[in-house]
Amino acid sequence: MQATSHEFKANAHKALGDRNLQAALGILKRDFPGRRAAAVDRLPEFEQLRDEGRAIKNHTLAHLDLYLEAFEQKVTSLGGQVHWAADAAEARDQILAICRAAGARTVTKGKSMISEEIALNDHLEKNGIEPVETDLGEYIIQLRHETPSHIIGPAIHLVKEQVADTFRDAHTHLDPARPLSEPRQLCDEARALLRPKFLAADVGITGANFLVAETGSSIIVTNEGNGDLTQNLTRVHIVITSIEKMVPTLEDVSTLLRLLARSATGQEFSTYTTVSSGPRRPGDADGPEEYHVVLLDNGRSAMLGTEFQDMLRCIRCGACYNHCPVYGTVGGHAYGWVYGGPMGSVLTPQLVGVEEAGNLPNASTFCGRCESVCPMKIPLPKMMRHWREREFERHLQPPVYRAGLAAWSWLARNPPLYRLATEIGAAVLGWAGRSRGRFRALPLAQGWTNGRDLPAPEGKTFMALWAERQKRAR
Amino acid sequence: MPDSRERILGNLRRSLRRGGDGDAASAAVRARLAEHRANTIPARATELDRDGRIRLFQAMAEEVAATVAHVTSLDDVPDAVADYLARHNLPSDMVVTEDPELAPIPWERRPTLALRPGVATGADLVGVTGAFAAVAETGTLMLVSGPGMATRNNFLPDNHIVVLRADQIVPSYEEGWERLRALKTLTDGKFTMPRTVNFVTGPSRTADIELKIELGAHGPRRLHIVIVDDTPSD
Repeated sequence: MQATSHEFKANAHKALGDRNLQAALGILKRDFPGRRAAAVDRLPEFEQLRDEGRAIKNHTLAHLDLYLEAFEQKVTSLGGQVHWAADAAEARDQILAICRAAGARTVTKGKSMISEEIALNDHLEKNGIEPVETDLGEYIIQLRHETPSHIIGPAIHLVKEQVADTFRDAHTHLDPARPLSEPRQLCDEARALLRPKFLAADVGITGANFLVAETGSSIIVTNEGNGDLTQNLTRVHIVITSIEKMVPTLEDVSTLLRLLARSATGQEFSTYTTVSSGPRRPGDADGPEEYHVVLLDNGRSAMLGTEFQDMLRCIRCGACYNHCPVYGTVGGHAYGWVYGGPMGSVLTPQLVGVEEAGNLPNASTFCGRCESVCPMKIPLPKMMRHWREREFERHLQPPVYRAGLAAWSWLARNPPLYRLATEIGAAVLGWAGRSRGRFRALPLAQGWTNGRDLPAPEGKTFMALWAERQKRAR
Repeated sequence: MPDSRERILGNLRRSLRRGGDGDAASAAVRARLAEHRANTIPARATELDRDGRIRLFQAMAEEVAATVAHVTSLDDVPDAVADYLARHNLPSDMVVTEDPELAPIPWERRPTLALRPGVATGADLVGVTGAFAAVAETGTLMLVSGPGMATRNNFLPDNHIVVLRADQIVPSYEEGWERLRALKTLTDGKFTMPRTVNFVTGPSRTADIELKIELGAHGPRRLHIVIVDDTPSD
């Protein structure tokens, strides 16, 4: 997918005026945080599980080469195949080759962010293979030719009326006067249309929430059951995943599963957690005859050993999106690539370059809610700061911005001068704004006053008050 | 593609500064995999006795819209199933997995029930399966693929009826894994993971449109669990 992260400011501006988007985001902000908090409150061990989850992932990352080899060996011994893909193009080609060898015309797909990352659908279509997204949200955005706006709710940016319009436009063989005003009706229509697609598909492609080295298993977590029909009804099951999804044992993944659903949707456990290991066994009643795992790197191995290594702990629950004031205001498409929210602000510059995505780590209030709800305790604000530093080091910001920072930094390194300047500034602003108590517009500060009033200073500076207080105390 | 394999692994080793510690690191990984030690297991289920576990399993399953019935013997399963079908106006045609656990059920006691043993198709409205285990902690069923036990039977029929022995209810996922490992050890001497292990917690659902939860997205619209307990406490 072509990134448009450099247009973040324009994208965000557009998002602010999009009434449907703002209504949809209102629902997200109303429901998700409360659902998560209730689930966390119900499990007294939640904090302990977070610490253990972090330790499991840290251990795995420190031995990732070895666990990947162990995983590969296990998959092979079960009759499956592991394919290593250094980048997106290689992963696409490997998947296309497997589909061609299977003589596939249609491919059903479970929800996979890695598939979005490598823009798999376009590639399959270009080569004459029809990909059918089966997760309800993914199905909706596939019909609309859109990208997902949230890692666990791809169509979360839409209101139900938009989905109804999309279905009327796409499903032209159905009665145009049919009622579609409720999610129930939309859900039933999608179910009825997709069921024959599941049964007819040649290849099923799913992602993986986790890989288990001990047993050579891939695990998907869904609520709809679409991932299961995708992988069970087809002759070939392809898992497209990335190397950092690895976990050592079934016990370790059990710990992470306890964190995942609660952090994501506030569920105690997702409806379906499916552990798949190799192709069907001799005598098995059903199951795919072929099982392929495509392991994508795409820049991840280069994150190990850097200040961004902690990001590889991410289990893609979406809690940071749901609690982010920036995401909650502009939605996912403003971020301009596959991943949005705080985790996207850290991951996207790594995967598409800070030159393209430098806006994202700057689109943060540093309120810290993301880190506080992250089940893997990833220090997201700290890593956004690292990106800002790299951006500065590489001279990527405009000259005015750099000149402003340089002036401020010079002033800050001269404390008496800094104090004098702020005292004068506070006094002048306080005098100028004495009648209204606030400014509607201020030269050099339109960036602030265009959106809101600036309160006028009401007295002395903090430093002056502090000095007086210290004097009184003595 | 051996090239990319070596490139990725080489990158990882470089990033991890893998040098003379290779042997020690390999040993640590092998030990962890062999030991597969459990981490913290929530006390919610582990501190309960047998009846407490059954009650917790039922409460958690009902919370996510599954329904639960109790019988004291496999002999009573046909009545429980027929009653359920009648209550929901469902046809009496059912596909039943060839699970040895279900074999002793005397289906002929309810002659109206039309059984088809085997693998479900898109046309089956009602499916009956057994379960490998069930996890009290979250009201979760654990179903395992194998000869006679088709995974698709857990997903294709609109109505999924699961016959579960009370003794199959374990406190935690970890206990479920231990039971699975033990079973395989008895049959062929070493543990081999089955092709598919399904953890199922309630009927299928989606919240993809305005976060409103709707049941029956792609999998079963209803999940009914018949618990067979031949030593009930009351």
